[in-house]
Amino acid sequence: MAGIPHDHYEPSSGGEKWLHKRLPILGIAYDTLMIPTPKNLNWMWIWGIVLTFTLVLQIITGIVLVMHYVPHVDMAFASVEHIMRDVNGGHMIRYFHANGASLFFVAVYLHIFRSLYYGNYKAPREVTWIIGMLMYLLMMGTAFMGYVLPWGQMSFHGTAVITGLFGAIPFVGESLQTWLLGASAVGQPALNRFFSLHYLMPFILLGLTIVHIWAFHTTGNNNPTGVEVRRTSKEEAAKDTLPFWPYFVIKDLFALAIILAVFMAIVGFMPNYLGHPDNYIPANPLATPSHIVPEWYFLPFYAILRAFTADVWVVQIVNFVTFGIVDAKFFGVLAMFGAIAVMALAPWLDTSSIRSGRYRPTFKWWFSLLVVDFIVLMWVGAQPTDFPYDWISLIAATYWFAYFLVILPLLGVLEKPLPIPATIEDDFAAHYDSKTGGTKTLVNPAE
Amino acid sequence: MFRTLSLTAVTALSLGIGAAHAASEEVEIVDYDFPFEGIFGAYDTNQLQRGLKVYTEVCAACHGLERVSFRTLHDENGPALPEDQMRAYAQNFEVFDEALADGQGDYRPAAPADYFPGSNVANAPDLSLMAKSRAGFHGPHGTGLAQLFKGMGGAEYIASLMTGYHEEPECALEMETPMDGYYNVSFANGGFPDACKDDHGHHTVPGSWISMPPPLLGEDIDYDDGHSNSLEDEAMDVAAFLMWAAEPKMTARKEAGFTGVIFLLVLSGLLYLTNKKIWAPHKKKLED
Amino acid sequence: MSHAEDHQGTRRDFLYYATAGAGAVAVGAAVWPLVNQMNPSADVQALASIRVDVSGVAEGSQLTVLWQGKPVFIRYRTAAEIEQARAVDVSSLPDQNAENANLAGAEPALDENRALPTPEGSDAPEGAWLVQMGVCTHLGCVPLGEQGDFGGWYCPCHGSHYDTAGRIRRGPAPRNLPVPVAAFVDPTTIELG
Repeated sequence: MAGIPHDHYEPSSGGEKWLHKRLPILGIAYDTLMIPTPKNLNWMWIWGIVLTFTLVLQIITGIVLVMHYVPHVDMAFASVEHIMRDVNGGHMIRYFHANGASLFFVAVYLHIFRSLYYGNYKAPREVTWIIGMLMYLLMMGTAFMGYVLPWGQMSFHGTAVITGLFGAIPFVGESLQTWLLGASAVGQPALNRFFSLHYLMPFILLGLTIVHIWAFHTTGNNNPTGVEVRRTSKEEAAKDTLPFWPYFVIKDLFALAIILAVFMAIVGFMPNYLGHPDNYIPANPLATPSHIVPEWYFLPFYAILRAFTADVWVVQIVNFVTFGIVDAKFFGVLAMFGAIAVMALAPWLDTSSIRSGRYRPTFKWWFSLLVVDFIVLMWVGAQPTDFPYDWISLIAATYWFAYFLVILPLLGVLEKPLPIPATIEDDFAAHYDSKTGGTKTLVNPAE
Repeated sequence: MFRTLSLTAVTALSLGIGAAHAASEEVEIVDYDFPFEGIFGAYDTNQLQRGLKVYTEVCAACHGLERVSFRTLHDENGPALPEDQMRAYAQNFEVFDEALADGQGDYRPAAPADYFPGSNVANAPDLSLMAKSRAGFHGPHGTGLAQLFKGMGGAEYIASLMTGYHEEPECALEMETPMDGYYNVSFANGGFPDACKDDHGHHTVPGSWISMPPPLLGEDIDYDDGHSNSLEDEAMDVAAFLMWAAEPKMTARKEAGFTGVIFLLVLSGLLYLTNKKIWAPHKKKLED
Repeated sequence: MSHAEDHQGTRRDFLYYATAGAGAVAVGAAVWPLVNQMNPSADVQALASIRVDVSGVAEGSQLTVLWQGKPVFIRYRTAAEIEQARAVDVSSLPDQNAENANLAGAEPALDENRALPTPEGSDAPEGAWLVQMGVCTHLGCVPLGEQGDFGGWYCPCHGSHYDTAGRIRRGPAPRNLPVPVAAFVDPTTIELG
């Protein structure tokens, strides 16, 4: 690993030397585990571990569920009930898996907003950011396909709606939708292929996780100050950093245990709170639920999809300019994917010379508004589409784009940042009260 | 700042979900007290047995329970019927066995391993998962907080539906052709006359019209344990039974959840101390 | 000074061991359900024991039922069959083990050790009921009843002859037809398993 100078693995025993010449696996493991990590990382730097853990949890519980699940339209629902009623501990395993998806998205949203606030996406960490965005897209695809599998009413009609989005693409949409479903409507071919992909995609995610970690181990972690670790010498770097093991492993495990306690409480006491009751009704193509809503983690982007109706002048102009090719439905689809695309482009849209939002007084306000905006979008995504919800979602969707396309580029030029600490060591020292030995601010050293 | 952010995220989570159920029109759901509510709540065996009787004598005429097997009636955390009673109960039902008559198949009395039959009437839904496929509580304002504090309300919904049959409201009486079905203040998805909507299309009376006639009248089922058989009691008993039918492993789940939470908190405590200890020298060094 | 340090060292070590131990317990508790879910599920277990109504089985006839995917022969033997089976000298049998799952350990292959005890209140004479797996111990074919040189069962696949107590007498089969766990729960009902 390039980047911060530190001690590398030296094979000591004869056996280690023998192996190291043939396969430097211990060296890679050592360098990864002992990587110098900025010692001022705060409690928002735990979500990566939580996400890795959740991915493994989902893969393990998923493999186990597949031992009992049957991907057939006549048996899928019954096989899930078989898991819930008869398989030893099956109800817990399934509830873990179903709620695990929610844990995954809670963690990923906090992880993403952490990076947006502290400028983790900025040079030289753009590749880490882009891979992260790809992983997020893959996660959404995996979660969507997983939701199809229980073959309840929401599974079925949700799939019809989401695959219908592809049907909005001009010219090729209809054939694309048919290709996705393997039929003109949702049925056995769709269930079978989504099952296959739902099993495959987590392993791609696992591979991307390794690349993601590789990328930020190459550049080194960002930290709450956005100031880089000094790299001129090993001694100087050591003043800014501590090895990942044991300092950050134990810290992250502590955070993980707390989060899992909350997760366990949800699984144990309210496992259906995050789900939709309609999905306990077997899929019925002849009866649509009165109100189709995606899972909570899709709601912000679902709101953006619905925000741009044919009444919006932007949509009308685009429709006119493209000779009707981009109609309101397709515009909505473009907006939804665009909302993620503009986020992925943040490294090039943010013009600020300062990395961390901590030293950007005006940015802080706009960022807070973005967080509120995200929550408003999540709420409005599940509301009806009439007044006033149509206006709320339009304003909230517009702000999302404005933040990335207008505010980020302008702020970097207009804003006068606060002075930043010279080194991480200084920042660390400033945050620990020498009288109490640091315990006072241990909870959140960065703030 | 991030502490606030985490908090808002948690709030957001609850916001999003409840919102999912916000659309239906106004219905009246009574927040009945069931013994299986709360962290330590468990099914009341006697209540489930009474509910089973209500189901058998009334509901079963039309509604199936096809995902529930007779053997589970013997479950300790369920109705806990003694084994011989459970076998005798199963034998009241007939099942088709393909292995009989040299592979031709034949009917035989049901055994413990068999399942309740499905619905007899086409538009009568199966009740196996009814208590989980309905939510009694929503909102407020699409936030889902009601469900956070009161629970999903599936059993409350069923009990309310049983007791929710009322005289038709005045607005419906004035119509030339009367509504099909029966007016029920707890039923959301039934027919609704235009005469009972205001100018904006909003309903002026709660509930809607349901095609199921009032199934329970009160004092129509004699309980073996001599428990009160008022309409409300019968409704609650059958609702509790259907909650068990939908979620038979609830007690085991809560026990696992409780043990897990306690254990993880102990582990968190140990990790907190360990974390503090290993970081202490690096934080103390700064004093010099 | 050094004493205090030692003391602290022990306390620190204890904390580390306690944390690691608790972590190991957590991992173990998480792994066990993942292993246990592969054991037979409740619906499969429920079929491990079935009850068979034998009130319709007349003397000298046989009922074949499917139990755990295998045929089981339930025969109400005639007095002649019982007598014939009891007259056999055990030391002359190829398999001298009773092969009866209801008996602890290996018992001699006497007819009394193969037949199902007749319950109280039944009209059947003692030893009339014989319950055994209908799977030839040679290669798993289903033997035919009331056939073969010994009046019992005959396996058409490779010519194994069983007597009226289901014991192998001639042919390639190595063992007697196994007697499964079985008992009368009432005079007309046999519980298998």
